[in-house]
Amino acid sequence: MARTPIEFRHNGRDQAIFVEEGSNLLDVLRRGVGDFAPKYGCGQGTCGCCTVLVDGEPHLSCLTLAETVAGRSIETTSGLGKGVELHPLQQAFMDNFAAQCGYCTPGMLMAAKSLLDHNPSPSRQEVVEAIAGNICRCTGYEPIIAAVLDASSRMSGRRSA
Amino acid sequence: MPVSVKTYAGVEEAARALSASRSARFFGGGTLVMRALNEGTQAFDTVIRVTDPALRQVKPEGDRLTIGAGVTMAAVLANRDLAFLHPVARSIGGPAVRTMATIGGNLFAACPYGDFTVALLALDGAVTIAGGGRALNLDDFLKVRDREPRVIVTSVTITRPRDAQAFRFHKVSRIKPKGISVLSIAAHLPQSGGRVNNARVAYGAMGPTPLRVTGVERALEGRSLDASGIAPALAAATERLDPPTDALASSWYRREVAPVHLRRLLLNQAG
Repeated sequence: MARTPIEFRHNGRDQAIFVEEGSNLLDVLRRGVGDFAPKYGCGQGTCGCCTVLVDGEPHLSCLTLAETVAGRSIETTSGLGKGVELHPLQQAFMDNFAAQCGYCTPGMLMAAKSLLDHNPSPSRQEVVEAIAGNICRCTGYEPIIAAVLDASSRMSGRRSA
Repeated sequence: MPVSVKTYAGVEEAARALSASRSARFFGGGTLVMRALNEGTQAFDTVIRVTDPALRQVKPEGDRLTIGAGVTMAAVLANRDLAFLHPVARSIGGPAVRTMATIGGNLFAACPYGDFTVALLALDGAVTIAGGGRALNLDDFLKVRDREPRVIVTSVTITRPRDAQAFRFHKVSRIKPKGISVLSIAAHLPQSGGRVNNARVAYGAMGPTPLRVTGVERALEGRSLDASGIAPALAAATERLDPPTDALASSWYRREVAPVHLRRLLLNQAG
């Protein structure tokens, strides 16, 4: 099988890797790069577990042809924290009990990060819209919505401080 | 199954490669083709991509607008010229799907998907195909799309509604804010002197492809948009339609609720 070399940024670091033609970005991240944060849920673009940011915009990595990210910047949940210091979104997810089984959490975090990057003070409805493509079968969504709103106010507090 | 990916700078070369191969599929935003690949499809072994930025352009031309086939739902939402299509684009998937899914790909989405195409149908859409010469009416294109999938759509040209009231769209789904269509309805209802003139009405998820309901359009002609004016249109709401049965709704249910939602749309009570 033909293998294609591609280069991209992964959580701020350059990656050069060979990908099998036609493989999806999620496979490349998990098997090639060794980043196990994005999860394989449905492979159909329905569940949102594999959500990553490509040049700052949310993409479903399972539906992203790996070749198309050459030269672009990928962010995953692995890149959110700095060592032991959690990202405010991660801390807010913990404090608000927004994760139970945790399988949807990496996708939820990236969908939420994309929202807060574009709109630092979203309304509740805007949070609902932002995570509408991410399915959670445990929490009933309320703790997740609360966590994103909480993270938003923590981050705006940090900015004004 | 191993698949080979061929990337072309220009649409014309890609179109030649696509028509020369029986086992190739055109790749737009990836939300349809990658699904098939993840499922292990045997239907194609070659994927053809085009990087030409012309496919992502939006060009106003008088009272018409040409939207490149590679324009994503997110790009529609970021474009002020396309404000009348924002509710339609927002009804497609979640944010991550919208950054990927294109208007060209939506033309090929199987029922019950393809809600954006419903809007394009109501706006008198015309499809331009690479190497295809003049534009094809979108309704004619949809009738042959599954028989002739080996073409590259380069753009869709639509009528820009004269005012915000003239174009209406409503998607009916069981889950809010992101759900799959029980049905969707789009209508372009230009009025002069309080009477409808040149109505176009289209449904999604009421047949194998998005479709126009010409019986409803004829019944609206010259009428006013009030309870008595729209009565003949409601009577024709499901004429000659054979809606599908799927996990979301039965054919019977779709037939029963279509006139209800059409009434709300025409009286501007949808929501």
